[in-house]
Amino acid sequence: MLKVENINTYYGDSHILQDVSLEVHLGEIVVLLGRNGVGKTTTLKSIMGIEPPKTGKILYKGEEITGNQPYQNVQKGLAIIPEDRRIIPNLTVEENLKLGILHKKKKLNVAERFDMVYQYFPKLKLRVNQMGESLSGGEQQMLTIARAMVSKPDLMMIDEPTEGLAPLIVEEIGEILRRLQRDGATILLVEQNYQVSLSLSDNLRAYILEKGQIKLSGTSEELHACQDEVERCLGVKL
Amino acid sequence: MELTWEIIILQIIMGLALGAIYVILASGLSIIFGLLDVLNFAHGTFYMLGAYAVFVAISLCGNFWIAMVSAIVIVALLGGLFEITLLKRLYGTEPIYPLLLCFGFSIFMPDVIKLIFGLVGKVVEYPKIFQGAAFVGTLILPKYRIFLVVLMGVVLLALWLFMNKTDIGMIIRAATRDRLMVSCLGINVSRVWTVGFMLGVGLAALAGVIAAPMVQTIPNMGDEMTVESFVVVVIGGLGSLGGAVLGGLLLGQVVSFVSFLYPDWSNVAIFMAMAVILVVRPRGLFGEEGRA
Ligand SMILES: Nc1ncnc2c1ncn2[C@@H]1O[C@H](COP(=O)(O)OP(=O)(O)O)[C@@H](O)[C@H]1O
Ligand SMILES: [Mg+2]
Repeated sequence: MLKVENINTYYGDSHILQDVSLEVHLGEIVVLLGRNGVGKTTTLKSIMGIEPPKTGKILYKGEEITGNQPYQNVQKGLAIIPEDRRIIPNLTVEENLKLGILHKKKKLNVAERFDMVYQYFPKLKLRVNQMGESLSGGEQQMLTIARAMVSKPDLMMIDEPTEGLAPLIVEEIGEILRRLQRDGATILLVEQNYQVSLSLSDNLRAYILEKGQIKLSGTSEELHACQDEVERCLGVKL
Repeated sequence: MELTWEIIILQIIMGLALGAIYVILASGLSIIFGLLDVLNFAHGTFYMLGAYAVFVAISLCGNFWIAMVSAIVIVALLGGLFEITLLKRLYGTEPIYPLLLCFGFSIFMPDVIKLIFGLVGKVVEYPKIFQGAAFVGTLILPKYRIFLVVLMGVVLLALWLFMNKTDIGMIIRAATRDRLMVSCLGINVSRVWTVGFMLGVGLAALAGVIAAPMVQTIPNMGDEMTVESFVVVVIGGLGSLGGAVLGGLLLGQVVSFVSFLYPDWSNVAIFMAMAVILVVRPRGLFGEEGRA
């Protein structure tokens, strides 16, 4: 579904992503792991077209999308759930969701999609008329996921959804991701929390980034087999 | 001259009418700044173009109202052309470039108008039904001035409905705060900018149209209005629409009363008003912390 081939991305002169390649197949959940600052967010931004790579190729459903504008990629079915959430503060919860479905308003049954999203996030339904800026961190995270889901994207790229949240809410978000996965969503997930990500699914694949390069990749079992290496890359004891 | 209450009320109405022009003009400036981050130094130029467009349209069709609508549409389209062909290239560069482009346009355009229409001012008549004044007891109520106040109300209501009840209005509000996220939700922000710019200069044109019967329609009539609309927006707080409304009304009263009581001071009064307000509230009346 998504194929990234040897992309190199720069911020000014600093070479951040170095020949990064990865693949996500339909219905899969793929996790991108790595310490702070190794380029996980940059990878998602490159795919989305926010920080286009200088060289390399990005293919989506067999079509090259390298260098596309973000809005074009979203219209093709990609969605990004950014780490800083970026709820529009001066819009209500409902308007934030509306903004998410506008580009597919004609193709989807809007009321049906809203119902579906509120089933996932009953808490948001209680806050439809509240301003985005008045939500708690956990609620904002749910709204960001909801805002991406509402347009029925084919591939969701989720950046550290549990970062900075209380353990109870982390568990709640984990449950949402498992449910999404069961409902057939395709997900590329960036997560620092190795345990949380491995608990999401029995058959996930992961890539481990180190200093802008893919160092390790494989299924959860394969990674388990080289635990020392994983620990070294992530800087944690498992 | 003695300041009777009839005169006070008349001055208030004059101030409100002037304020209506400021409010409409400055709302446009505020929308453009909020959405595009562009300080539109050509705002008064579009105001001037509105006045000339209505002059031409009236001489073609004879009807003030038809001329009013066509003038706004024509200037808005010209604004759209300006944004698409020139301004758009400068987004994401140093903020000074779009500013200089607008500034250049504000020098270039009046000269073009001079070449076409000459230096002599053009006269735009008041629309027939709003000529003269109504008398209530000893009160004099100039009809056209009162019409302007009502028109301002209608325009603000329409603007509010547009911003709050339509999809494109919602996108504009969102893009004003976070354009990247809006484009990451599948919306072509570039097109929204064009719409926002056209809306902003359309409002400037409307201000020029309604001012035309009250002032001399001359090629440089927009120059001071650019400055004054910036004063209004600074008083109200940059990027705040409510601020533009309050600032415009306030400035209308200041100019109206100062030019009546102390005519010599009328030119500096607005800057003094701005200075006083900025001393008390450095970000303007409705300015938000953290938004420059
Ligand atoms: N806008 C930016 N400008 C310059 N450097 C940046 C920018 N964003 C991130 N970086 C740098 O790029 C590297 C990778 O950042 P990022 O992709 O955010 O890492 P991660 O998401 O893995 O924590 C870091 O060294 C960071 O300092
Ligand atoms: Mg990151």
